[in-house]
Amino acid sequence: MKNIIVCMKQVLDPEIPLSLFHIDTEARQAIQPKAMPPVLSPFDENALEAALEIKDIQESNVTVISLGKKLTKAVVSSALAAGADRLVILQDEAFGEFNTYLTANAIATAIKKLGQYDLILCGLQAADTNTGQVGTGIASILGIPCITAALKVELDNDKVRVEKALPDGYEVIEAPTPVVVTTTYEVGALREPGVEAFMSAAKKPITTWNARDLGIETGNTGRFTMIKMDAPAHESKCEILEGSSSEEKAVKLVTKLKEIKVI
Amino acid sequence: MAENSGILVNCEVTGGRLAPIATELLGAGSRLAPELGQELSAILIGSDISGLAQETIAYGAKKVYVVDEPSLKDYSTESFLMVMEKVVQQAHPAIILLGQTSSGRDLGPWLAFRLNTGATMDCMALAIDPATKRLLMTRPVYGGNAQAVQVCGTDPQIAAVRIKAMAPSAKDDTLQGQVINVEAGIDSASLKTKVLERKIEATAGIKLEDARVVVAGGRGIGSASGFQQLEEIAGLLHGAVGATRTPCDAKWISNSQQIGITGKIVSPDLYIAVALSGASQHVSGFFSSRVIVAINKDPEANIFKVAHYGIVADWKTALPAFTAKLKEVV
Repeated sequence: MKNIIVCMKQVLDPEIPLSLFHIDTEARQAIQPKAMPPVLSPFDENALEAALEIKDIQESNVTVISLGKKLTKAVVSSALAAGADRLVILQDEAFGEFNTYLTANAIATAIKKLGQYDLILCGLQAADTNTGQVGTGIASILGIPCITAALKVELDNDKVRVEKALPDGYEVIEAPTPVVVTTTYEVGALREPGVEAFMSAAKKPITTWNARDLGIETGNTGRFTMIKMDAPAHESKCEILEGSSSEEKAVKLVTKLKEIKVI
Repeated sequence: MAENSGILVNCEVTGGRLAPIATELLGAGSRLAPELGQELSAILIGSDISGLAQETIAYGAKKVYVVDEPSLKDYSTESFLMVMEKVVQQAHPAIILLGQTSSGRDLGPWLAFRLNTGATMDCMALAIDPATKRLLMTRPVYGGNAQAVQVCGTDPQIAAVRIKAMAPSAKDDTLQGQVINVEAGIDSASLKTKVLERKIEATAGIKLEDARVVVAGGRGIGSASGFQQLEEIAGLLHGAVGATRTPCDAKWISNSQQIGITGKIVSPDLYIAVALSGASQHVSGFFSSRVIVAINKDPEANIFKVAHYGIVADWKTALPAFTAKLKEVV
């Protein structure tokens, strides 16, 4: 039986139209609009798919860990509907979106609390913070290797084989378990759950822990401070070239580019 | 224990030469170090790279730590991390600059966690706060919809910097500096990861990151054959073809041509955006282009807020006329 842990973050929907996107400059974070509910970070969904594909071919227990200030049950428990066996929610007022060290430490501590594990899967980077550090952080704290940017993940006995993306190709890396692997979207899109999946999901265990349950410090380590955050104003400075047909417009465009000497 | 001082730049080597990002980071370091009244140094890790030490000095490094060993020919997280930690212990810098590259994205976080400090990734701007003398790091967040300025209160402050965000320093062969050779001292038995195979796709034509002109297509192109028209335009302009994520997912084009926050970051003189809406994850990848041009049939598309010039037109009818006119004028 393989124990696989998947870390999934609830984030502001990255598809949010700009008209709904606003930054609270005091709190230094985006405002979650009612009109567009949060989602699970897309790369984390790919990580879950990678776990489920391993589970498809060998006996595995998949635990999803989700950390945040205030998580929406419907959002995070969709992981159970997709096929995860258990959900662990790490929820605390201190668990802000941007604190890399605190996030990695809390998740690593929860993983230790859960017991034996073979593989930890995370998305390449979260869709809100875009830093791509937590997978490595978890590995560092647990004292295990981390392989990032996986295109493919295979778990075989006590070894993991990963196809890792390189700028112009890929390399195949092997490492002994336990190990952390962060995934790109190429490991596969998360499967759509069927109706029975939603019904059985309701019976799967959900555990909720806060910082005190984990026994971790949440004070400021000084490692990072968000000084300022704002959304740059989107005023259009685009010159639209008119014409009576697409062809005419296209010709005008080429002429303009030649005029400004960029071609 | 000595106090942390100085800026240490990780100078990547590609194809036996200093990577452009290395000269850009040295440029940034050359401008920041005097504001701190501290020294700029560099680290070169690889195989057969000792010859690059002088060039690194010519770009402004006062000290170059060289770790030259056959086993370091290709990047590997474990060994490069061990080497960097060793040099950092020797150099005890206040600031470490890395590229936001495939290796930088690994090394930044690893170093931060190993050294009990913080790393700030994908920085687009760096400055020294005149009052606190701490590094102010500006980076995109929320897929590029917003911008954040961060500070690290612990040393070393680690910043991974976006390619083409910083101007390289001017090369000055008269500059003097010190070369310090460091033994890698890697116990290969302690390495847990093993590379079984490496497959590099030779890029036909100009690399995206180096192209002066980029022609990019989005979901609206609809097929691989659609991209051939973009190839033709790129060919006429000696440029390269890129895409948003959808065409790569649909396999109309290679993944290595994806432009955006999780793909490649480009900064060409001319970026022609064809049938792509301009979602911020993609825009993040090219917004610093000198001239941005949009061809899209939707007048409300976000790309028109980002472009300098545009036409509201269906690419299927506009592109043939665009190409024909191009052939006349170039």
